[in-house]
Amino acid sequence: MKSLEELKKLREESIKNIEMRNTDKDIRVVVGMATCGISAGARPVLTTLVEEVAKRNLGNVQVVQTGCIGMCTLEPIVEVYTADKEKVTYVHIDPEKAKRIVSEHLVNNNVVVEYTIGSAEKQ
Amino acid sequence: MKIFRSHVLVCGGTGCSSSNSALIKQRFEEKIKELNLDEEIQVVSTGCFGLCEEGPIVIIYPEGSFYARMTVERVDEICEEHLLKGRIVRKYLFDESAREEKIKPLSEVEFYKKQKRVALRNCGVINPEDISEYIARDGYMALGKVLTEMTPTEVIQLVKDSGLKGRGGAGFSTGMKWSFAAPNQADQKYVICNADEGDPGAFMDRSVLEGDPHAVLEAMAIAGYAIGATKGFIYVRAEYPIAVHRLEIAIKQAKETGLLGKNLFNSGFDFDVEIRLGAGAFVCGEETALMQSIEGKRGMSRNKPPFPANKGLWGKPTIINNVETLANVPQIILNGPGWFKSFGTVKSPGTKVFALGGKINNTGLVEVPMGTALREVIYDIGGGCPNNKEFKAVQTGGPSGGCLTKDHLDIPIDYDNLTAVGSMMGSGGMIVMDEDNCMVDIARFFLDFTVDESCGKCTPCREGTKRMLEILDKITEGKGTMEDLDKLEKLAINIKETSLCGLGQTAPNPVLSTLKYFRDEYEAHVLEKRCPAGVCQSLLRYIITMDCKGCTKCARICPVGAIEGKVKEIHVINQDKCIKCGACMDACTFHAIIKK
Repeated sequence: MKSLEELKKLREESIKNIEMRNTDKDIRVVVGMATCGISAGARPVLTTLVEEVAKRNLGNVQVVQTGCIGMCTLEPIVEVYTADKEKVTYVHIDPEKAKRIVSEHLVNNNVVVEYTIGSAEKQ
Repeated sequence: MKIFRSHVLVCGGTGCSSSNSALIKQRFEEKIKELNLDEEIQVVSTGCFGLCEEGPIVIIYPEGSFYARMTVERVDEICEEHLLKGRIVRKYLFDESAREEKIKPLSEVEFYKKQKRVALRNCGVINPEDISEYIARDGYMALGKVLTEMTPTEVIQLVKDSGLKGRGGAGFSTGMKWSFAAPNQADQKYVICNADEGDPGAFMDRSVLEGDPHAVLEAMAIAGYAIGATKGFIYVRAEYPIAVHRLEIAIKQAKETGLLGKNLFNSGFDFDVEIRLGAGAFVCGEETALMQSIEGKRGMSRNKPPFPANKGLWGKPTIINNVETLANVPQIILNGPGWFKSFGTVKSPGTKVFALGGKINNTGLVEVPMGTALREVIYDIGGGCPNNKEFKAVQTGGPSGGCLTKDHLDIPIDYDNLTAVGSMMGSGGMIVMDEDNCMVDIARFFLDFTVDESCGKCTPCREGTKRMLEILDKITEGKGTMEDLDKLEKLAINIKETSLCGLGQTAPNPVLSTLKYFRDEYEAHVLEKRCPAGVCQSLLRYIITMDCKGCTKCARICPVGAIEGKVKEIHVINQDKCIKCGACMDACTFHAIIKK
């Protein structure tokens, strides 16, 4: 180790791995991972969300899985809980859509309206 | 670096390891692989979580689910339900987390809520065998800061300003200790980490070494820079194999990463650490005896002065700091003395780790700000005495400390307050006793320990403690007299005043404090030949009451044939023959046999 900068760089790399062990976060992203969710393709959605959140160093976001949400035909479902705000439910999500949710909703705070359950029901 | 969506943390501390946590971890790994989740989920072995009573403990992130009393059999279900399908397996969670509808994460459980973790901040959070996890938690940043931005004098001043006191027992100012060694000129100086943790029931140093070994290495290097030492020794007990193993890994990784060795941070400062194993003699926790042992001699203490800061290991200037003390140092450097003083009391800033044991619900390790009341530690965090028994006393400071009563429960814990009431902080052992404990027997137990562990060099400790033990034996056998109590007290005071080292100077404390606060129990033993708690064998009598149905079960089970009686008639125990084994009492279906 030759300098403080070198150590800081090493820290930045390592921090992504253990950031998950902090449970005190503002935003919770929940992925339905029951049998229905998994068979509809929830697993790659979950891993994409985890990777994107880590890549962007979103320290205030927690990505967790949950069981069956109850609307199996709409799976994969992703719910975003933000403190003091109404829950946003996204349906029929795939990894590409998940990336958009991260960049638009989680980073820039713009709900991706076209993926939400409200617009799915209108169709 | 690979990112996992979930982390399974399995406690790898000594407590959970002894109840098979290694097999639990192995089963998690196998099952996760079977379910094809091994690319997504990481299994990590950590240091102690602190709530040893509920071990083996498994924590699953990101949810922070707290699975208690884990078994290998439960692993498959947790993998299939929780890890695969996201359904937390409520029935295996720690009781308190699952009591309400919303599942409480670890951080909100009562046991953890009141704690302030500084020395234990990484224990149960990181993988101690992976230096990158320590670095992710600001590891070695303090060393980097010290070597690139501060002079040794500034480092010592900062530690002095923080008011950090030695956590090994005596509570001497760490900054002062460093400042004594710094100006001494010598071709070699040494830093020693005292990990010879010997108090029965205390295991905080072991936990720090097992859970966060790099924090100790980093602090030793900082201390080395401050006093001008390039060599460090960790003196650790051979009976801490997990701690030794993790230290070895930590030293190796630190050397490979260039955080120990030559020219650290390009500052020209070299520092190297070696491990020395102790064979488990209690006296080797005393600094002069410890140095003798490192030098390869028999561990016996010597007179001070000269103090180690002037003439220490191999006659060179040396500082000796306890594990927990060192674990605080990097945090103090990074956050400043003001931060450290923001918790604790004015005279004793910071936190202290206590090992809760004995008759308490939540056996384990807790770290609280200094000044926390004993009551909060024992009841709010420790959960009180099990089986609704009444709290009787708490022994703080191990064999060197004293017993305190329920009248002392509201005392804010710090060095001075505990000393003022006849006990001491010691290394932080806290053994809780309930109504079933005999205080004379407790005093005897601790004295028996110090008699065994006395190195024998000075007469008061070698002979005096032995004589005290003989008197206590007499009392517990019902042969004591009131003069014995006075003799005991006189001897105790003499030993305290004339012994060579801390071992002898504090050995009489358990006797003195119990004599002071539980004199009635001593008197019951002496005057009434009775042990109020029903512990001292010789004073016990087993008696068969009128509830006896004459089933003859007790007579048949008695190993010495001391019970007589006909079928369907009340039986009688022949007290001359009875060996007080208690087998009859356990066997009686009618609860007709009592202990008096």
